[in-house]
Amino acid sequence: MMHLFSPDNNPGSSFVNLLTAVGVHAPAPESKIDVPHATTCVALRYADGVLMAGDRRATAGNLISHRGMEKVVQADNYSGVAIAGAAGPAMEMIRLFQLQLEHYEKMEGKQLSLEGKANQLSMMVRGNLPAAMQGLAVVPIFGGFDLLDGTGRLWDYDVTGGRYEEREFVATGSGSLHAGTVVKVGWRTDMGRDAAVALACRSLWEAADADSATGGPDALRGTITSAGWQSVDDAELAGVFQSIASEVQAR
Amino acid sequence: MSMPFYVPPEQQMKDRADFARKGIARGRALVGVQFDQGILLVAENPSSTLRKVSEIYDRIAFAGVGKYNEFDQLRQAGVRAADLTGYQYSRLDVDARSLANQYAQIMGQIFTHDSKPLEVEILVAEVGLTADEDRLFHILYDGTVMDETNFSVLGGDAEAISERMSSNFESGCNLSGALKCALAALAGADRQLSADDLEVATLQRGNGRRCFTRVVDADVASLLA
Repeated sequence: MMHLFSPDNNPGSSFVNLLTAVGVHAPAPESKIDVPHATTCVALRYADGVLMAGDRRATAGNLISHRGMEKVVQADNYSGVAIAGAAGPAMEMIRLFQLQLEHYEKMEGKQLSLEGKANQLSMMVRGNLPAAMQGLAVVPIFGGFDLLDGTGRLWDYDVTGGRYEEREFVATGSGSLHAGTVVKVGWRTDMGRDAAVALACRSLWEAADADSATGGPDALRGTITSAGWQSVDDAELAGVFQSIASEVQAR
Repeated sequence: MSMPFYVPPEQQMKDRADFARKGIARGRALVGVQFDQGILLVAENPSSTLRKVSEIYDRIAFAGVGKYNEFDQLRQAGVRAADLTGYQYSRLDVDARSLANQYAQIMGQIFTHDSKPLEVEILVAEVGLTADEDRLFHILYDGTVMDETNFSVLGGDAEAISERMSSNFESGCNLSGALKCALAALAGADRQLSADDLEVATLQRGNGRRCFTRVVDADVASLLA
């Protein structure tokens, strides 16, 4: 349905405002409900940009509800989101966020700045607060390559939409304590890409080892550099995990 | 209270159409033309920031001539309608035919009911998976929709430009050929147009999900060379 808005009720370049203006929105549940949760994600800065990684498991209570979750998702050419929390609302938030970035770009004829994208996501997380109070919390990590200052940048969020820029690394989800510690010990300034991939894989390996809700090797990776978003392919990841496995066996 | 004069509907429609046509004829023209990889949109536009041609959706572009604020409002409505449809259903469910019909409804409604018709003509172009599925919907100020093939000309002096296009156009030409053809038609015999005077964009097959690309002045110049 096509709408022509008058200047005083125009929703502007925001897709979320547009959904409200045309009456398409999902209300928060009234009482606590139990739904699948996505688990661990990590992100770190390295020499060329930002690396984001997550396991593939979604859990509902003590059951594994999905083995092929994609928790690290491209947001646009130069940014990505990794999510932990209630899987349904998180997927919906990512879809809305991707659409919002593209919608803004088309409406305004230019892309949002990286800082602007991070703020936009913060508002979405805050908008989810009523649902978070009913057990549907979504806690994303946002990372991207800032074309203005030529570096990779990282943000993490709390359920109220609090936005924290991290200079080194960040971990979120049920296995974040273990994954975060591994990255913290191994992180070096100006790490190369391969070292960063190996470190992220190792951190998820250890998280899966210590946290029942984090899945083992079958991970998903993306890197964002000045050349834009790139996924790390399965063959390379298989190699990294094989070397971790053989190292652990020899221990 | 004074009584308004009776104006017969024929006269009313004619006056409105004349008014809209006059407004459109003042602006510069625009050409949409098929080439082997998709659709090329070329507008005579000295501004490099106020756009006549823009992206609506993955495979759909919008082009407008006439009054800038009016066609830009239509462009925004198109982006919103397309993004809403894609969000509520699927990206595959967004198509140019449906958008063109919605535009026709709005423009027809404004033409007959508002105090002033829109002084714009618009083009909704869609690149298909094959050349047979490419679409050019040309919509007039009164909501008339035309489904055109090979090329479409909008704006002032459209008839003369159309004639030049018909005599130069070759089906299946490449991007450079299509651009040269469009430029010759826009310029006519006694004018020279350079890359700076043009706004050029393409909808190209096999360009990933988002098929719309702007062609910058340097690339336009090298395509024309």
